[in-house]
Amino acid sequence: MATTEKYVGSPILRKEDAALLTGQGSYIDNQTMAGMVWMALVRPPHVHATIDSIDTTAAASMPGVIGVYTAADLEDAFPSGLPMVWPITEDIKIPTHWPLTKDRIRFAGDAAAVVLAETRGQAEDAAEAVMVSATDLPVVTDLEEAAKDEVVLHEDLGTNVVVHWSHGGGGDQSVFDSAPVTVQERYTAPRLIPNPIETRGCLAYGIPAAGEFTLVSATQIPHIARVGLSIATGIPQSKLRIIAPDVGGGFGSKLNVYAEEALALALSRLTGRPVKWIETRQENYLATIHGRGVLHDCTLAGTDDGDILGMKFVELADMGAYFQLLTPGIPELGGWVYMGPYDTKAYWYEFTGVMTNATPTDAYRGAGRPEATFVIERLVDAYARRIGMDPAEVRRKNFMPPSAEAFTSIMGLNVDSADYEPTFDRALELAGYDGLRKEQQERRDRGDVKQLGIGLSSYIEMCGLAPSEILGALRYVAGGWDAAEVECRPDGKVVVRTGTSPHGQGHDTAWSQIVADGLGIAPDDVEVLHGDTAVSRLGMDTYGSRSASVGAEALAKAVEKVRAKARTIAAHELEVAEDDLEWADGAFRVSGAPDKARTIPELAGSAWTAHSLPEGVEPMLEGTAVWDPPNFTWPGGTHVCVVEVDTETGKTDIVKYVAVDDCGNVINPMIVEGQVHGGVAQGVAEALYEEAIYDESGNLTTSSMTQYLVPTAGEIPEITQDRTVTPSTTNSLGVKGIGEAGTIASPPAVVNAVIDAVSHLGVNHIDKPASPERVWRAIQDAKGGQA
Amino acid sequence: MTNVSVTVNGQSREADVEPRTLLVYFLRENLGLTGTNVGCDTSTCGSCTVLLDGESVKSCTLLAAQADGHEVTTIEAMADGDTMHPIQDAFHRNHGLQCGYCTPGMVMAAASYLQENPSPTEEEVREALEGNLCRCTGYQNIVTSILDAAGSMSGAKA
Repeated sequence: MATTEKYVGSPILRKEDAALLTGQGSYIDNQTMAGMVWMALVRPPHVHATIDSIDTTAAASMPGVIGVYTAADLEDAFPSGLPMVWPITEDIKIPTHWPLTKDRIRFAGDAAAVVLAETRGQAEDAAEAVMVSATDLPVVTDLEEAAKDEVVLHEDLGTNVVVHWSHGGGGDQSVFDSAPVTVQERYTAPRLIPNPIETRGCLAYGIPAAGEFTLVSATQIPHIARVGLSIATGIPQSKLRIIAPDVGGGFGSKLNVYAEEALALALSRLTGRPVKWIETRQENYLATIHGRGVLHDCTLAGTDDGDILGMKFVELADMGAYFQLLTPGIPELGGWVYMGPYDTKAYWYEFTGVMTNATPTDAYRGAGRPEATFVIERLVDAYARRIGMDPAEVRRKNFMPPSAEAFTSIMGLNVDSADYEPTFDRALELAGYDGLRKEQQERRDRGDVKQLGIGLSSYIEMCGLAPSEILGALRYVAGGWDAAEVECRPDGKVVVRTGTSPHGQGHDTAWSQIVADGLGIAPDDVEVLHGDTAVSRLGMDTYGSRSASVGAEALAKAVEKVRAKARTIAAHELEVAEDDLEWADGAFRVSGAPDKARTIPELAGSAWTAHSLPEGVEPMLEGTAVWDPPNFTWPGGTHVCVVEVDTETGKTDIVKYVAVDDCGNVINPMIVEGQVHGGVAQGVAEALYEEAIYDESGNLTTSSMTQYLVPTAGEIPEITQDRTVTPSTTNSLGVKGIGEAGTIASPPAVVNAVIDAVSHLGVNHIDKPASPERVWRAIQDAKGGQA
Repeated sequence: MTNVSVTVNGQSREADVEPRTLLVYFLRENLGLTGTNVGCDTSTCGSCTVLLDGESVKSCTLLAAQADGHEVTTIEAMADGDTMHPIQDAFHRNHGLQCGYCTPGMVMAAASYLQENPSPTEEEVREALEGNLCRCTGYQNIVTSILDAAGSMSGAKA
């Protein structure tokens, strides 16, 4: 049925929900096969140690055990180690990373052997019975200690300091010496654990005689994993199919190629049995990537009346014990946004990556940009306090000027469009900023126990990864394009195959809205297929807030191709020239005779029967587009957090949270709002609660969700939201991306608010997470200083 | 092996299980009811919440044997054919789920809670959900969904 309704921009309810709400999700742990066996990893209770021997005899004789395998047993299974695809500098030192470690354990979680057994319980019991004798080595988890190279993780590299990348600077660097005011601060961002509620897991099966294998995996990146796992296992890409079923959250932690995936494939090839592995939560904390883990030395140069002249950031970044897929590139991703939305005259950013005896780090929601935004926004507040200006005034004074066109900013890349002040004004208005400042002053004057703090965070981010040419210049080994296929069936239904791989973002719904508008049909007549390399052949998957700006744009291009072909067939059937047709009310209509018309479903039928097609037109109404974006997209916005801090206990309560974001045009505002909710919640968690803590021996002490303090509904505030719209110039949809904005904007808004609440007591600095203890100590230290 | 007999979603079900079998694995593996998810090893996340004799429990904290002779309700029994339970419908209408992994547990926890407290405040709902973790939604639309469901369920009764 043709329809004239416009769906893009409407809060269409999600097509994904029915299955997920009724317990019919296809999550990896719901998948089973005849003959399936279970895999369990042997992760010895050492942090840094040389392996002397591995005794598998007891484990091998346990009930149900099919085999116990060490790295030596699987020597032939892996022609190459696990891939790292972003060697960001020419002289980067890349540690070898085998699926099973060969002679040395380098972090709590490093696997030394693997067991296959008939049941999960049998596999896990046998894994515990594998005896690994190892000689402990000194451990280093502190970044600055690791950089001293007193303990070196990879002897062949000779150093823990494996990479140094410098932006190279922009603008007049002399301002750092000549400016009237310079503010220098040191900020730490602890390691974070992504914590999707579904852990990782996979199921590998195949036909060894034919050399064909399939891996079903809880992954964000089936297409990239196909390439990476082909490299690791030697299975040609033509014989390797990756399926991402329903995936229970990712947040970057499933944007990787993991040892367990390679092992499951290799063991399925070896045994001929389907091999399944489901990660325990404790393994998830140890063996799935962590995020953040950085230390920044920051300098802001400015005038004494609030003009920012220069911003300089020197970062030390914790790589962990090995590189995962993108590890050394994560700080660099932030390296392009350290000016924030500000019109600074000088810019400097560099980072050094250091190996430590800890879980490898990689992309966690925001990936580099939260780290950057946190330090910029803390620094701007510190500058405002120094010169005695309202932090809102400092921000307003320094925003980059608005531009509807793309422009080159001081860091050297093109920003697609910008208009920061209206977003900022709206956030302050929704927060009631002036009234809050008044109330704050009253509480300060009264000396209330509960003081009010107002925290601002204005951000920009770089999304839509990515223009392939720029990725090449940045030494990333793949492209940044994406793809879509649109196939119009003769029953009027449309099948879409998208290269994006959603895991909660609602692409089935949003992509249907785009197709529905373009083809004059209802979203329910569109079926969106994804997450299977045999179904959606081409794609670069879902991460970095790229799906709408790259994947949906590819879809829009494919829809255009379908419309062009449909127009040709319509003109033929209506016996008019194509130019005499206009698209109106969901159909191609003859100009001046609108009743003479053909809808897309009608034309799909014609193209399928192919009984009478114009000369040279192939049967089937379908279109494929592979789209490479000409530029990144640059969302921005301002978040305001209002807190009450109990000055006697140090406890923080968020009393108001306002998020005003500009992600360009919006496909589905309901989904956009939901993305902001979740992003802000993770950022609030980062600001107040979460921190992966290692003890001196390198053991992760926050090894459960309870100890790590994943927040509940009671800790996360209600969020007041609005948007401004500055369309992107990078794509025809005008969309910029919203998946990570909340996580990028919120940590500094919250921490700035906490500091603001107690700054009149002399507090200028509190590390995150701003726990009651940290806040209380900061207040006591400030009081001590005054005494 | 231990013989366990449980009324699950109105049907009497029986199986011989290892004594250490948790209720959640009895449901998932013995009975094939995979709608109940497992998210942690420490009874923290609440993804595995089901109703035991009408009250919410984390099915990873109970042995299957402890449910012997009791009634268990899982997410699979909440909808009436194609008609979703008012709580499921409210989650749909209010975008109360994203990846959906915590959702069955959230729906079951809400079902139990709304029986106890049919017209809760927002704060009460947030408190009631403290045993159920979500990483996608920031809880906001989950809370909205449950308040909405409370409204429609009490309206339906009136």
